[in-house]
Parts: sequence; C-alpha cells; structure tokens
Amino acid sequence: MIEPDLNRIWVYLSASPLLGLTMTLVAYSLAHRLYLRSGSNPVLNPVVTSVTALILFLLATDTSYDDYFDGAQFVHFLLGPATVALAIPLYQQFNKLKQVWLPVTVALVTGVVVGAFSSVAIARLLGASLETQLSLAPKSVTAPVGMAISEQIGGLPSLTAALVVVTGIIGAVIGSKLFDLMGIRDDSVKGIAMGMTSHGIGTARAFQVSAQMGAFSGLAMALSAFLYSVFLPWLLSITGVLG
Amino acid sequence: MPLINAITLLLIYQLAGEVSVRLLGLPVPGPVVGMVMLFITLMIRGQMVKAVEPASSALLGHLSLLFVPAGVGLIVHFNRLGNEWLPISVTLLLSTIITMAVTALVMQWVTRLTARQAPNND
Repeated sequence: MIEPDLNRIWVYLSASPLLGLTMTLVAYSLAHRLYLRSGSNPVLNPVVTSVTALILFLLATDTSYDDYFDGAQFVHFLLGPATVALAIPLYQQFNKLKQVWLPVTVALVTGVVVGAFSSVAIARLLGASLETQLSLAPKSVTAPVGMAISEQIGGLPSLTAALVVVTGIIGAVIGSKLFDLMGIRDDSVKGIAMGMTSHGIGTARAFQVSAQMGAFSGLAMALSAFLYSVFLPWLLSITGVLG
Repeated sequence: MPLINAITLLLIYQLAGEVSVRLLGLPVPGPVVGMVMLFITLMIRGQMVKAVEPASSALLGHLSLLFVPAGVGLIVHFNRLGNEWLPISVTLLLSTIITMAVTALVMQWVTRLTARQAPNND
C-alpha cells in the first residue's frame, strides 16, 4: 500500500518546519541558476521566479502560509542581522560619502517625502482603503524596517512586506532603462536612486552593474530606512493622513 | 569560527538595538538602532570591521533570498489584491518610477550645484 505511506510522509512534512525552509532554499537556488543562465535578464529576477514558484506550490498542495512560514521564518529572521550588517558598507564607503554627503542627504530626504506621499496620494486617488494606503507608504523600505513602520502607522505589516518585495522588483527591473532614458550615467547617482527606491533587491541588482553602484545603493537603503522610520509617522500625522 | 563570531556580533547589536528601542521608547525599529550602534563602534574601532565582515558579506551577498518568505506572503492577501488590484498596482508602478527619477534628479542637480561652487572643479 503506497498511498497511505505517502500520506503519512506528507502529514509529517507538512507539520515540520523542514519542508518550508528547504523549499525556500531550493526555489531560490533554482531561480538564481535560471537567472544566471538567462544572462542576468532583470525580468527573471530570482525573487520573482522563486516567489511565484512557491506560491504555486502552496496552492497546489493546499498548504497554508502559516505552515510554510514555520519553516521560512528562519530565512526571514536573517533580515534583522542583515539590516545591522548594513553598517559595514556604510563604514567602508564613509570617505566617499563624506565628499557627497550634501547631495546624498538632500536626495534621500526628498526621496522619502516623494516616495511616501506619491504612494499614499496615488492609492487614495484610485480609491484604495486607508489600510492599503498606509501599507503602501513604507513600500520602499527594506522589509524588516518597512514592516515595523507599517505596524506603527496602522498598516498591515504582512501586506507591506509583500508590497516591499514587489517595489524592489519593479525598481530592479526598470532601473537601468529609466536611468538610460534620463541620461544619467554617474554610478553613484544611480546607486542612491536605486537603494532609496528598491532597498535590498535593488542593491542586489546594483552590485551586478558595478561595485560603486552597489555600495551607494546599500548606503541609500540603510540611510533611507533610518530616515523613513524617523520621519514617516511624523510626516503622515502633520499632513493629516493619520486622522 | 570567524563566521560564527561575526553572526554573534551582529545578533548582539540587533539585541542591543531592540532592547534600547523598548527601554527608551524610540520610534525607530530595533535593527536600525543596532545598525547605527555598529556604525558608531566601527568609527571608533575600525579594526572591528574584520570581525563582522564574514557574516555581512554572506548576508548582504544573498540579500534577495531573505525577501522570499515575505514575498510569498502575497498569498494571504489575495482577497485584498483581488479587490484593490488596480490602485495597488498603479501605485506601485508609478510611485516607484517617480521616487527613483526624483531622487536621481535631485542628487544630480545638487552634485552639480556643489561642484560648481567648489574651486578646482569644472
């Protein structure tokens, strides 16, 4: 009798964190390989393909996200230490940063204001619910920080996390095209704009273009996460978005 | 051992960040405070960078993997996405383009402005 056996194995696997964790790593490493095989085509961004594959897998096996996350949380948890680790590129690029601190600061403060308000305003104009608007406001902030901000301002942290990922992908996919169209050639400018908008996913993309673009992108992601968490709740309350 | 020591250091800084956020009631997420603390430590004791480097290159080198579990979380919001897919997708696309373009333009503009004021620059 093969079927009851398979059933028992499935019951074991679906109750254990092992499956969720392994699936996440397998999906990502296959997606990464596909991405490299395609000559780093931005449309095949490994986050897109692995997330799509995992969602299809969960739907096909009727597995709940909670059960999946029991395993995947071990990967998700590393976002915290990864945020702390951003201090290192920041420190290593500090000399370069000192020379451009003024343009970088002005660009990032503007970016935070424009990023937050454009998302709330466009979503509101198109009739999204307040919860959705607030979940969209920190969409450019790296996931752990974005989720914390979302919770604080009354959004849905898990929705924000997913929107953060989609924002990261959009930026990583369109970034180079957009900079070409705008005639921007300076890698430090591209890096700052990429990290400001598309946090870690954009930074991963930026490192493929050049080490300088990657470092500036990591820097923008770290500084903008800091600026967003300090200013966003305040910005939303003084402008009356938060009743 | 270097990797384990490096991860331990990062976790200690994150823990210190989380604890001080709660003790002081700071409006900033714990890992961000941990990052600032680590940055200040590195400014004071630069040689510590060697101790944390192994973990940071492993974590930052595969940063996109860490976003996968959160991305799969879209599945929980299928209902909301079904009802609000138009405002959500238009907002994501437009706002991302606007933010990226404005940030790049402002940075380029201020860079030129400050370069013009400085001597020895064109």
